[in-house]
Amino acid sequence: MITVIDYGAGNLRSVCLALESINVPWTISSNPEEILNAERVIFPGVGAAASAVKVLKEKGLEKSIADFISSGKPFLGICLGTQIIFDFSEEDNGTECLGLIPGKVVHFNFPEDEKKSVPHMGWNQVNFTKQHPIFKDIDEASNFYFVHSFYPCPEVSEMEMATTQYGSINFTCAISKNNLVATQFHPEKSGRHGLQLLKNFSTWDGTYNA
Amino acid sequence: MLNKRLIVCLDVRNKKVTKGIKFKGNVDIGDPVEMACQYVNDGVDELVFYDITASAEKRPIDLDMVRDVAKNVFIPFSVGGGIRNVEDMRDVLLAGAEKVSVNSLAVRDPQIINQGAELFGKQCIVLGMDAQKVDKSAEFPSGYQVVIHGGRTETDKDALAWAIEAQKRGAGEICLNSIDADGMKSGYDTELTSLISNGVQIPVIASGGAGQSSHLVEVLSKTHAEAALVASMVHYGTHSCSSIKEDLNNADIPVRMDW
Repeated sequence: MITVIDYGAGNLRSVCLALESINVPWTISSNPEEILNAERVIFPGVGAAASAVKVLKEKGLEKSIADFISSGKPFLGICLGTQIIFDFSEEDNGTECLGLIPGKVVHFNFPEDEKKSVPHMGWNQVNFTKQHPIFKDIDEASNFYFVHSFYPCPEVSEMEMATTQYGSINFTCAISKNNLVATQFHPEKSGRHGLQLLKNFSTWDGTYNA
Repeated sequence: MLNKRLIVCLDVRNKKVTKGIKFKGNVDIGDPVEMACQYVNDGVDELVFYDITASAEKRPIDLDMVRDVAKNVFIPFSVGGGIRNVEDMRDVLLAGAEKVSVNSLAVRDPQIINQGAELFGKQCIVLGMDAQKVDKSAEFPSGYQVVIHGGRTETDKDALAWAIEAQKRGAGEICLNSIDADGMKSGYDTELTSLISNGVQIPVIASGGAGQSSHLVEVLSKTHAEAALVASMVHYGTHSCSSIKEDLNNADIPVRMDW
């Protein structure tokens, strides 16, 4: 059973429907205790960092997320869910985040002579820098769906699992730390590769030896 | 490298995908969910659904259809037509759509863009814009005028100025339809598409006029459009999504080939 954390930040339904399509049982919760006791957790999200962090604090979810991650059970962050487990995000004039992963989240800033749209929206290649159980049966450089204006910069380079090139910027698009994995892209919107990743997560035991 | 996107547009009325034929009105061509799944399996990158009669019938968008699509389609899709307010936006997004598209409503009430962006994030808000060529003037310095109601009503908005304003207000993307090129199958309006895609930093989808793969190659190589929208080209079986993608790939346009 996968528990999807509900904190009012968008596309829960997409994640749940994707899990349903691959016959993985799921439940939605915004209850700190339920989340702490979950078997495995997906922390999704679209929207803005500041309001998301605020809601998490109000609902008392900040601590249960941290405690869940410490418990060693499998945890998957997606998009905004990935960004707000870092220390800090440049979004909303600077937002203190949950501080579970050292590093910050920064805005796409291209040189003036480089015409690139922000948000980075569409299908782009995910280049593995590590082999990880959640990438099982997914080819290197497979395309996944992205939509974001900020990207993560982990302080500890060993945490980087995959990168993506957008214009002149090569950014970390997936990180891992023990039982935690987190992606900037949206597996629930990334066709068969995304469903494969979710399937891999649903059977992963949470251990990872780099 | 970020791929250029192939987007298929499905106009829906009374739960059927429909296509307007000149002088004949609308013909139903299939079930939206079935057609969507078929396009996904054939490599489309994104889908757009317009509930084309919701607005005229003054009813909300058919949310059952949106839910049905979301249950079956695991790539992004947007929904438009008949969005009246932020509550309608919320309903559509909660039903599983990735983005919601506003067109006439945004012209009447531009504040809806700000409100939607604030509540749901910029990436959810697509500005649909229909534009037609006019003589350059003080009122229309870009030489393109925004029109609404599918081209039947002219507005006092200059297309470029409106695109820039919408971006400022929080639109995350612009779906740009050329009224002059629409339905002609003689290619996208690359002049209009260049003008708008050069003028904004958000992604622009080129729409209106596609009749063959070379039209997509042209607009995606000559302008900064990040996506090209097709409808009748694939609805009638003259082209398939996979054959269009092959053609784009052969023309060195970066496209997703690993669906």
